[in-house]
Amino acid sequence: MKNIFRISFILVLFLGFQFNSNAAEKVEYLKTDWSFKGPFGKFDRAALQRGYQVYQEVCSSCHSMKYLSYRNLVEEGGPEFSVEQAKAIAASFEVKDGPNADGEMFLRPGRLSDKFVMPYENEKAAQAANGGAYPPDMTVLVKARGDGVDYIYSLLQGYEDPPAGVTLDEGVYYNKYMYGNKIKMSNQLSDGLIEYSDGTNASVEQMAKDVTTFLMWTAEPHLETRHKMGFKAIIYLIILTVLVYFSMKRIWSRIETKI
Amino acid sequence: MSEQEYTPKSKVGKWFNDRLPLLTLANHLTDYPTPKNLNYWWTFGGILTFCLITQIVTGLVLAMHYIAHADMAFQSVEHIMRDVNYGWLIRYIHANGASMFFLAVYIHIFRSLFYGSYKSPREVIWIIGIIIYLLMMAAAFLGYVLPWGQMSFWGATVITNLFSAIPLVGEGIVTWLWGGYSVDNPTLTRFFTLHYLIPFLILGLVVLHIWALHVPGNNNPIGIDIKKPSKDTVPFHPYIVIKDGFALLMFMIVFAFFVFYTPNILGHADNYIEANPLVTPAHIVPEWYLLPFYAILRSVPDKLLGVIAMLSAILILAALPWLDTSKIRSAVFRPLYKQFYWILVADVLILGYVGAMPAEGLYLLIARIATAYYFLHFLVVLPVLGFKERTTPVPLSITEPILGGSPNLAAVKKKDSF
Repeated sequence: MKNIFRISFILVLFLGFQFNSNAAEKVEYLKTDWSFKGPFGKFDRAALQRGYQVYQEVCSSCHSMKYLSYRNLVEEGGPEFSVEQAKAIAASFEVKDGPNADGEMFLRPGRLSDKFVMPYENEKAAQAANGGAYPPDMTVLVKARGDGVDYIYSLLQGYEDPPAGVTLDEGVYYNKYMYGNKIKMSNQLSDGLIEYSDGTNASVEQMAKDVTTFLMWTAEPHLETRHKMGFKAIIYLIILTVLVYFSMKRIWSRIETKI
Repeated sequence: MSEQEYTPKSKVGKWFNDRLPLLTLANHLTDYPTPKNLNYWWTFGGILTFCLITQIVTGLVLAMHYIAHADMAFQSVEHIMRDVNYGWLIRYIHANGASMFFLAVYIHIFRSLFYGSYKSPREVIWIIGIIIYLLMMAAAFLGYVLPWGQMSFWGATVITNLFSAIPLVGEGIVTWLWGGYSVDNPTLTRFFTLHYLIPFLILGLVVLHIWALHVPGNNNPIGIDIKKPSKDTVPFHPYIVIKDGFALLMFMIVFAFFVFYTPNILGHADNYIEANPLVTPAHIVPEWYLLPFYAILRSVPDKLLGVIAMLSAILILAALPWLDTSKIRSAVFRPLYKQFYWILVADVLILGYVGAMPAEGLYLLIARIATAYYFLHFLVVLPVLGFKERTTPVPLSITEPILGGSPNLAAVKKKDSF
């Protein structure tokens, strides 16, 4: 009797997981080694700097980065540009400020304390310039997609001709990793598209990896601190747990019972 | 409780205690006779207290930086994550803390179900517990709306819309809840206020929960009434304090793992997209801890009946002390109930699973069967079982030899773990 119940229980659970795997045929994403994965994961500084360059030269003409400031580029755990480099980057943008004493708005060079300059004045302007599609803000994009970095990395390399039978409207492209396969962004990366300032060969794969690493950092700027602190916290907790365990054994040994 | 009258040793202590007997209370709490055979499933009460305090403390800090406004909420959360010192840590503790809280409360509830802790004379403790659980669900739902992401917005829309199922006044109630004609800024500000209020209500109820517990004292794995204090009990301090502390530390290791290494795994990616009333997400799913009830809601084709079914699924628990007709508390001595208990556990897990899946085809069928079984368990199985089941002999005390040739203590100890 007992066994019948147990077996039926296990069977039901097993069937449940079967449905799960059959329900959605998952696409296999392109794999690469991410330096920031795992409990000791850290960002690759050079990749972050290159990733910033890809973002700046390719993505930023359409995609905003509104929660990031130029000062973040200097901070520990990020691309760690020097203060001079970051100041130069900020100064290369024109920031609308004001009103001044005459009540006029004016343009001035960017400072470290400024937020990243937006490519469009507002969402409507962005849509108008992109055939009705709004290029999403990229700051937390990695966290806003269920499959995270693997998804973005694959998507950037996933453009191909549509299979027979799939018709695409004007301004719509086929991408095998996009949810629903139809995307309004055209293929942006091609080999040698940009010239990396550190001389790395700018292959599509390299640029996709670098920019995805950069986006991971923009989404989780404190990832390195988190990993380091987590390691310390857990080690501390384990040691304390062991000590408390032995004190507990000692205390309970005063009476005749097992715990 | 059969403890001796307590008098403080110092003169000042006595003077104060005569006016406000706080020292008597402290003495009661440290000496509180606790059954000595409590297993680790009993440590979750302490763990839950820790969870509540963690949520309140981290929540207070978050509220100092959060802005409850539809245009600024999402941005203020990003501000917390980026610019507030250790804001990311506080927020991840609070967000994962909610999940940890529910994990612990489910273990606590299912422990009670297994060992019959809801039975006489502990019905009031149980009912206060159910009210706490209801308030926890409300607080969690309200809190999930505050970051004002896509899942926040649409979750709020779906759940508040449930009230529209009420005949005649439904629509009016929904407008009243929203403070407008859709989920918008007035909804957000009132949700923030209520989210801030509820934890303190829970705190008050927790005090009552513990007070009510201290009247009959703890149940225990063999579910018998014990003399207090006696050879069967140990004082709460240091025995139970150190054991609860040890269990809490183990729990904190799991907690820390989530916070530091997979802080977003229990949340939904769509909540990192700012709320947009014009774009509906492909799947609107609640947080994992509400999924079984969501499955029950969706398994009924009629909206009003679905809401009634979902509410009944929770409220039926309040009637449990009277639905379970068995005189024996612990499942250790109830061979049949033990089987049905595990089927119920499986049933709730299945409901949770199908709650995360789209409500169609086979999933819907499974959800319906599991919903039907859920109610069957409480309304038919439990009442009938009390009369039909042949229970095994129950020992007279935890330490004394057992009469009637029933298994000895060692055997009982072995069986009581589940």
